[in-house]
Amino acid sequence: MAVVRMREALRDAMAEEMRRDESVFLIGEDVGVFQGAFKVSEGLLDEFGEKRVRDTPISENTIVGTGVGAAMGGLRPIVEIMTVNFALLAMDMIVNHAAAIPYMFGGQVRVPLVVRMPGGGGHQLGPTHSHSLEAMFLQIPGLLVACPSTPADGKGLLKAAIRDDNPVIFIEHESLYGSRGEVPDDDDHVLNFGDAAIRREGGDVTIVGLLRMAETADKAAQTLSHEHGVESEVVDPRTLRPLDLDTILESVAKTNHVVIVEEGWPHGGVGANLAALIQGQAFDHLDAPVQRVTGADVPMPYSKRLEQAAMPHSEHVVSAALASLEGSI
Amino acid sequence: MAQSKASSTAKKKSGASRSADGKAGNGKAAGAKPKLPSKKEARGLLQRMMIIRRFEEEAGRQYQKAKAGGFLHLAIGEEATIVGTTSVMRDDDYLIGTYRTHGHAIARGTDPKRVMSELFGREGGTSGGRGGSMHIFDLERRFMGGYGIVGGTLPLAAGLGLASDYKGEDSVTVCMFGDGATNTGNFGETMNLAALWKLPVVFLVENNLYGMGTSLERHSAVTDLSEKASCLGVPGESVDGMDVLAVRECVSEHIRKARENRQPTMVEAFTYRYRGHSAADPEVYREREEVEEWQRKDPIESFARRLVDEGPLSESDVEGMREEAERIVLEAVKFADASPEPDLASLYDHLYVVGDQVPGWYAVDERSPDPHPGEEEREAGERAQQLAQKGAAYAGPEAAAQRRDEGDRPDPESAPGPTAPGTEAPEEGDGEPHEESG
Repeated sequence: MAVVRMREALRDAMAEEMRRDESVFLIGEDVGVFQGAFKVSEGLLDEFGEKRVRDTPISENTIVGTGVGAAMGGLRPIVEIMTVNFALLAMDMIVNHAAAIPYMFGGQVRVPLVVRMPGGGGHQLGPTHSHSLEAMFLQIPGLLVACPSTPADGKGLLKAAIRDDNPVIFIEHESLYGSRGEVPDDDDHVLNFGDAAIRREGGDVTIVGLLRMAETADKAAQTLSHEHGVESEVVDPRTLRPLDLDTILESVAKTNHVVIVEEGWPHGGVGANLAALIQGQAFDHLDAPVQRVTGADVPMPYSKRLEQAAMPHSEHVVSAALASLEGSI
Repeated sequence: MAQSKASSTAKKKSGASRSADGKAGNGKAAGAKPKLPSKKEARGLLQRMMIIRRFEEEAGRQYQKAKAGGFLHLAIGEEATIVGTTSVMRDDDYLIGTYRTHGHAIARGTDPKRVMSELFGREGGTSGGRGGSMHIFDLERRFMGGYGIVGGTLPLAAGLGLASDYKGEDSVTVCMFGDGATNTGNFGETMNLAALWKLPVVFLVENNLYGMGTSLERHSAVTDLSEKASCLGVPGESVDGMDVLAVRECVSEHIRKARENRQPTMVEAFTYRYRGHSAADPEVYREREEVEEWQRKDPIESFARRLVDEGPLSESDVEGMREEAERIVLEAVKFADASPEPDLASLYDHLYVVGDQVPGWYAVDERSPDPHPGEEEREAGERAQQLAQKGAAYAGPEAAAQRRDEGDRPDPESAPGPTAPGTEAPEEGDGEPHEESG
């Protein structure tokens, strides 16, 4: 076990898989000479050369489409998109092509493609660089969606994504790139998709948080324990598709209360989806309505004050948990 | 009809600037008559074009009988461009095309039975009925698909070219698309990337002079499409797309450039679709005379005439080949008719490669009160299966008749336009919407 930052864990995952499998390569804007807008691909060009670490023009739809075509041609491309917001320029390739091709061609061809992209707010980047669009990708049948919150998960899930034969949307969080954590250094640290992590055990309320909100959920759990005597079970789904619904339902069956926290928007969000699944499949276990804590329903503002006000914080989560417990029937 | 004014302008412009003499504007296409290939090869070209023609005619007929649904885009008139191109491709070359690619698959060697079954939405179809007319695919013959998004195939072609390059293989990708696709963002993006990375791709624009109902000079500021990518590093050449031998000669050279010189190029083939954009096209944007002018240089008739005139084939050879095409296509219909409907429990098949290591739910089936993971559809409870049957019943003839009675059917007035002679009137509507969007 070594303590590394998230960006290094992701880089190591790519490097190890590229060493392991000649068909794995990385393309994206400034992934080579510049070493990645967030320095995730640092050192890869030196090790693997221009054939396997390819700088591209600023042409998102074509970058992803080239990845899709290359995957159909037998390669395993990793495409880096500079931020989640830019992936919107490539939605045609992601939704109409990568996700649909295996199905609409009756399984004749697979698209083993990973599209990596960072999202999330907190850096005053305003409404075109700060969004959390997990829910948008979650909605698309044919895609897998990963959203790791720790360096160990980042490495283990990225390795799994590269080895998987399905198209994977791999969402990273800009604020987590510098976060440190212990990461197993063996080459076979490959995590399962669809396997949630229970970060903290507790019997009073279940808090589901993803990406950076996994940390926020944990912080809220500490406050709830220290200041309110409430013991939370914190669940990090780690992947949204496939979803480890069973672990979440088991936790809800134990605590009878649930708060879902995400940085994205409320309408049609990850929490909205999960709340529907929970009420449909664990209604008898719920003692109060499912609580959601989300980002504010606005494009992300630039002002530091407004931006922070628009993002969910542990206080929101504590308040939601207490409201759920008060609302017990 | 917000379109009517614009359409009449288009009509006035059509004709003179787009004559069917093979020059079609830029004067680069026509040249000396290409030499005839060997008798065997010539026969093969003519036979394939005839099969595609008959297939398309029959597909149109089956569509009118509501055997095929959705949208139907026929390539009648474009056979020489298709067959000329595929005839100079190697088995390990990739071909990728548009939503008008029944013929492309057949030209690549896909059994017409499987293509017709796909149009019928049957299990025996190329995609088991999941793709339909716009999404034919045959991996074995490296026909990498028909696609419903205009311009969407351009980046995929770059990716296929990259895969060949990366693996050190000398296979070439031929990417065929329509004149309308040259206006998409993908066109500029992909041409730049292909030239930058020296990808072995031949971009072939099947210029049939209309992007749906909008004529070339009304949709493209640069109407010489062979030049449209040259500023991005992809030089081009025009060819008479109605002459199978000219297409062969031209494409063959461009494939060589891609294979040997790693130089992506563009071929502009002037061609023409005799039928509307799709089966629901009233064709208000062009005159019947224009269609007839192009029909006079029909790729099949003109090639057959030349083969008879210059000796390799007799009239009776040609007649025999027509009969052969007829036989193959009718057999395809028979096969498609007999092919079973897809199994309802297969609804989620092929959506994901479900790994053993994955414990989670990939898809959630919420269509019955007992939700379950979609990948377990085959083990779904009785109630879910009954509901699936009830849903599927809406595809049956009784439900379709009911929808017709309720007024949900296309306007029969708008279905056939000034199309090819011999076009049959619709025998019955199929109760499905026939508007076009793409």
